[in-house]
Amino acid sequence: MNDLSLRGVTKRFGATAAVDDVTLDIPGGKFICLLGPSGCGKTTLLRLLAGLEEPTSGQILVGGRDQTHVPTHRRDFGMVFQSLALFPHLSVGENVAYPLAIRGTPRAQRRARAEELLSLVQLSGMADRRIHQLSGGQRQRVAIARGLAIDPKLFLLDEPLSALDANLREHMQIELRQIQTRLGVTTLVVTHDQKEALTMADIVIVMDRGRVQQMGAPMEVYRDPANAFVAGFIGTSNLLPCRLLDPATLEVSGQRLPLAGQDRVKAAPGPAILSVRPEDVRLGPEGLPARVTFIRDLGESVQLVLDHAGQEVTALFSPRERPEVGIGETVALTFAPGGRVVLAP
Amino acid sequence: MKGREATTPGWLGILPGTALVVLFLIPFGIMLAVSVAQRETGGFYQWGFDLSGYQRFLSAFFGGVLLTSVGIAAGTAAIAVALALPFTVILAGLSRRTQTAILVVLLSVLSLSEVIVGFSVSTLLSQTAGVGNILAWLGLTAEARAYTPSLFALMTGLTYLSFPYAVLVLYPPVARLDPELAQAARTMGASPLRTFFSVTMPLLRAPLLGALILVFVFALGSYLLPQVLGRPEHWTLSVHITDQAIYQSNLPFAAAMAAFLLLVALAMVGVALLLAREKGDRA
Amino acid sequence: MTSRLGRAYVALVLILLALPILVVTGVSLNGGQALRFPPQDPSFRWYGELFRAADWLGPLKNSLVIAAVASLISVAVALPLALHAWGRGGWLSRVLYTLGVAPFMLPPVITALGFLVFWVALGMYGQMAATILSHGIFLVTLPLVTISLGLRAIDPALLEAARTMGATRGQVLRTVVLPLVLPYVVSGYAFAFVLSLNEYIIAYMVAGFTVETLPIKIFNSLRYGYTPIMGVVSVLFVLLAVLVYGTIGVFGNLPRLMGADRVEDR
Repeated sequence: MNDLSLRGVTKRFGATAAVDDVTLDIPGGKFICLLGPSGCGKTTLLRLLAGLEEPTSGQILVGGRDQTHVPTHRRDFGMVFQSLALFPHLSVGENVAYPLAIRGTPRAQRRARAEELLSLVQLSGMADRRIHQLSGGQRQRVAIARGLAIDPKLFLLDEPLSALDANLREHMQIELRQIQTRLGVTTLVVTHDQKEALTMADIVIVMDRGRVQQMGAPMEVYRDPANAFVAGFIGTSNLLPCRLLDPATLEVSGQRLPLAGQDRVKAAPGPAILSVRPEDVRLGPEGLPARVTFIRDLGESVQLVLDHAGQEVTALFSPRERPEVGIGETVALTFAPGGRVVLAP
Repeated sequence: MKGREATTPGWLGILPGTALVVLFLIPFGIMLAVSVAQRETGGFYQWGFDLSGYQRFLSAFFGGVLLTSVGIAAGTAAIAVALALPFTVILAGLSRRTQTAILVVLLSVLSLSEVIVGFSVSTLLSQTAGVGNILAWLGLTAEARAYTPSLFALMTGLTYLSFPYAVLVLYPPVARLDPELAQAARTMGASPLRTFFSVTMPLLRAPLLGALILVFVFALGSYLLPQVLGRPEHWTLSVHITDQAIYQSNLPFAAAMAAFLLLVALAMVGVALLLAREKGDRA
Repeated sequence: MTSRLGRAYVALVLILLALPILVVTGVSLNGGQALRFPPQDPSFRWYGELFRAADWLGPLKNSLVIAAVASLISVAVALPLALHAWGRGGWLSRVLYTLGVAPFMLPPVITALGFLVFWVALGMYGQMAATILSHGIFLVTLPLVTISLGLRAIDPALLEAARTMGATRGQVLRTVVLPLVLPYVVSGYAFAFVLSLNEYIIAYMVAGFTVETLPIKIFNSLRYGYTPIMGVVSVLFVLLAVLVYGTIGVFGNLPRLMGADRVEDR
């Protein structure tokens, strides 16, 4: 399989390191999402993999072979660009068959393969269309088909769905995942949309400021964030300053909270940050005092915005469990056992 | 960011580089050499170092010629740019189809040979066809008369020639102006004219200056209209260069004048390019 | 948005621009030898005469041959130069680019005189080849500018995409860059062609007495005897220019070619 390994890969532009000493080992055949805010170095990392940038130091291996200094056109990867980069002077079929034409595949074979790929992305019979005749979603599919044309060792996608509207994007996420599962190609998608990452990925890699913050299965990263950045970036988290007294006791705003066995503690005793997901916030008879500042009825859920000692806390309920409170009322907050993560400050 | 290899191979520069050096730089070098060569009556010239061409150029007569050239070119530039600026601003606000049609007209006029422009304008201003005829027919003048050759005819011709050039030089910066700036001024109560003078003009100061200079150089290069539409006292440096080179067979003197004109033009174009770059940096 | 006054101004200027051409068109329709407007006994007689009269047919052929070949030379020099400047940057590219733009920015008399002394020195003064090469270099600027515009309009991601799909540098140039830039090459050729046809001073200085072109012929007629054929040639030149630029306008984006970035497709 085409396992992917990065050994201390660094890319500097002048004084700033866009990618800073990244070491990763990813098993082949997986669907990986590179997730992070804009400017975190995820696109640069993708371009390093594609050979469009050369690393300042470090090594890139695919299937055990060193690719660090192999020029782009000899890597046999597939790539989908953010702008899609479809050739406007070629037809849909010619676009899809371009990698084959470059490799000297005979015309008839090219044509057959293009048709096969187009049917894979549900564009059968569109080979002779011009690019400008297609809708946004159709162009997306052509770009995906083209990236897969040579059975690439590695399939790289840079924010591939960002130009689509919300509905179509969700649809394409599912479809992309299904195609990948069918073909088993090692796939790396760059995205800043955490929902997209959670929908598609086997493995999520969260990046910030050029470094990998956490790598793991989506729910693992969601449930068990490695640090405050990941907790804040993946989904919504309430981050409260606290003090860890001993491994089983927390102090928040002067109140002691005993921790349960399922709660995760990733900090040494002393100042720490308590991370709780909105769905793990409860209203109880007693707990941390908080004032209701806003109530959002979102249909599928109800969101309460609360103020606890100047800290904003968000709580999420299903409509059936909607608490009987109004704006301005004071309530008591507790956190569901197992939903608490204590992080280093 | 650049990839690891330039997009085009370096040897691509060999052919154009050679062509431009051999067919453009070397001719200029020869011209400069000729400008200090010795004139040989009857033939062309003999190599040497003779500054008489430059000395002769310092006479009162050619001082007058230079003054005339500069005056006529500057006047043309001022008139053409003044007419072109509002034209370009309005043009840039029209629909693409209309813009295209007007650009076709401008390009067509701009490509017209000076010979044809000279011929057309002289016909228009002649006694037997055009304006003179029409005025007489309307009874405004007692009898048809010719308006050419004259300074008026020359300036008309030069403006006709330079106007499309001025518009096309102004077009890119004007078209790049954010139309919402002018719209914002309008919503704040400025009249269209007020908007033009208080928003559009100040934004275009650098390109305007650049356009003035480029049109000036363009008009300075006119060699035919002064002969066709003007009187001998309106002959510009360009005309005298042609005259010396072809009819007086005094190549060294022509080359000396051309070298001088080259200096003036290069300095001017340099300033215009600097202005354009400054504007680009700020954008 | 545009006020009525503004539109009126534009219309007025366009009418003024058309006026001389209108008069010349009228003149070209004169039945007799005299140049009168309005024309007397209107006829198309002189239009046929242009293609029959030997003293006009020669210049017509010369002009067409010179324009066709010179524009080809311009493109042949401009295309690699534009590619070099676009793909590499650096001081050499900038110097070459400036050299390519210079002939057109300077007063043409200077360039013409430079060519004159050059061909005299080479002993090619008065030959058609000299005129062709001179025009070829003089007009490099036009295809250089249009092709450079076209290259800058190419999304760099297209080139990277081609590389990731296995294309070598040469293959990227051949399969992506050249097809995309072809319309700009054609426009550049057309611009150079029209301007070569109309060019007077260089053709005159380099070989004016032996290789007569149409502008030279018209100028000579201005001195030694007017004929309505001058009007005919002028009209044909205007029509050709309108045809060429109109075609570019219909099939391409002329406003963008002239440097407007934000002209919406309507």
